Amino acid sequence: MARGLTKRFGDFVAVDGIDFEIGRGESYGLLGPNGAGKTSTMRMIACMSPVSDGTLRVLGMDPAHDGSKIRGRIGIVPQEDTLDLELTVLDNLMVYGRYFDLPRRVIRERAEQLLDFTQLSERAHDKVDPLSGGMKRRLTIARSLISDPEILILDEPTTGLDPQARHLLWDRLYRLKQQGVTQIITTHYMDEAEQLCDRLAVMDGGRFAAEGAPSELIARYSTREVLELRFRDPDTDTADVAMRLEGLAERFEALPDRLLLYTDDGESTLAEVHRLGLSPDSTLIRRSTLEDVFLRLTGRSLVD
Amino acid sequence: MRSMRYWMYQYKRTWRGSITTSFLYPVLYLSAMGLGLGSLIKGRVDGVRYLDFLAPGLLASTAMQIGGNESMYPVMAAIKWLRTYFAMLATPLTVIDVLVGHLAWIALRLLMVTSIYLAIMAAFGTVHSPLAVLAIPVGILTGMAFAAPIAAFAAAQQNDTGFSTIYRFGLIPLFLFSGTFFPIAQLPGWMQPVAQATPLYHGVALCRGLVLGHPGLATAGAHLAYLIVLTLVGFVLAQRTYRRRLVT
Repeated sequence: MARGLTKRFGDFVAVDGIDFEIGRGESYGLLGPNGAGKTSTMRMIACMSPVSDGTLRVLGMDPAHDGSKIRGRIGIVPQEDTLDLELTVLDNLMVYGRYFDLPRRVIRERAEQLLDFTQLSERAHDKVDPLSGGMKRRLTIARSLISDPEILILDEPTTGLDPQARHLLWDRLYRLKQQGVTQIITTHYMDEAEQLCDRLAVMDGGRFAAEGAPSELIARYSTREVLELRFRDPDTDTADVAMRLEGLAERFEALPDRLLLYTDDGESTLAEVHRLGLSPDSTLIRRSTLEDVFLRLTGRSLVD
Repeated sequence: MRSMRYWMYQYKRTWRGSITTSFLYPVLYLSAMGLGLGSLIKGRVDGVRYLDFLAPGLLASTAMQIGGNESMYPVMAAIKWLRTYFAMLATPLTVIDVLVGHLAWIALRLLMVTSIYLAIMAAFGTVHSPLAVLAIPVGILTGMAFAAPIAAFAAAQQNDTGFSTIYRFGLIPLFLFSGTFFPIAQLPGWMQPVAQATPLYHGVALCRGLVLGHPGLATAGAHLAYLIVLTLVGFVLAQRTYRRRLVT
């Protein structure tokens, strides 16, 4: 639960007074371009970064006073792995479990289950350094679960992973959700957000641009379908074409070689386009996705 | 304390080499410098054989080196390269836990190294008083008087270039000129107060007094106070630089 949550670094405002509430057992996603304030928000929730302003309660406690206690009940998967590359897979889990003051016997038992869960059992006695990126990421997740946390905080859990590794991770995160673990996730992948999150917030410039369930956001900020018209001729002025099609769609987006028409019925809009005598080189009708919402809310220009 | 366990896990990997070194160095130094070079020194140094003069000084110097080594690159690694400190801070551990744990580990290493050193010194017949046992805690303190302030320095560094400066202008000159190899009375007049102002001088003098059995209560107290104050100041500074670096 946060009210007016703010994070400042000197003069720079990374998180600018956001409000949100995340329920137990919920999967909550934070989306946004680089520098939108996602990681700063996560680090504050994880009690790793002091709150500059506003109120934040995690598990009913105030991070400023009970940071250590709260951290004892959450698991953190940081953006960059902080594994010890020179220790073995199992030792990484053992030593991390000891930070939580768990008895060795308990850690060993859980470590075995978690290595099984993340399909790393065969590598238990290997050093971490030579493991693949996907394996390291899975180990980081296994490690974050060693304390049997109530909340799991995942900062870009699948960035840089191959599709197989991503799907395995998604599957594991889904199973954890079923076990009732609250998850807070940042990601750049819209499909991931759609797969994993019950609710999400799109952040931009330290503020929430929108918040809601993925389907809600699509309904609110986009149309059911998107019709894409492609023009191979580089001289085609797509903005000009959009003018001619005025009224055919709820919203147009003119890109250098494509024109996007946001509409509820792609087929009939396409028929209209053809009736007006326009013949794009290729056409595509697709369902609206979170990506459309994201780009609408945060713009298409590169942030950094 | 919990964070100290990490360093123990780390050590599991290298302890064999490390313990061998801890035995080998005193043997090498005491035979080469003490017996070899010492045989050329006919007279007595400060009233004792050269070997007897040298050995306790080497113990203190070794403690300084361990304290320095363990608080430079390992601290930088835990911040930048392996980011171990950050992993610790994602758990119930606090910045103070992280710092105290690391320093406690260094103290434990110093305990191992100085104990081994003293045992080897005994084998060379250079231990002349039961008070020599106290050279172990004094050795640890000497090491910590370096480790704490150096850890404070290391946590404030963006890269490791400052470390070679510490070796070049700090640890190596101290090793050579703080009374380990010859009494500082041999130094030119202006250098003597400089040498006396260095922490290693106090560690060396105190160890020598204890091992040879004539520490002198007042001077021993002064040496001790100096080392304790330096350790505490270092600790307070380290608390600050750690917090600034690790909590953002």
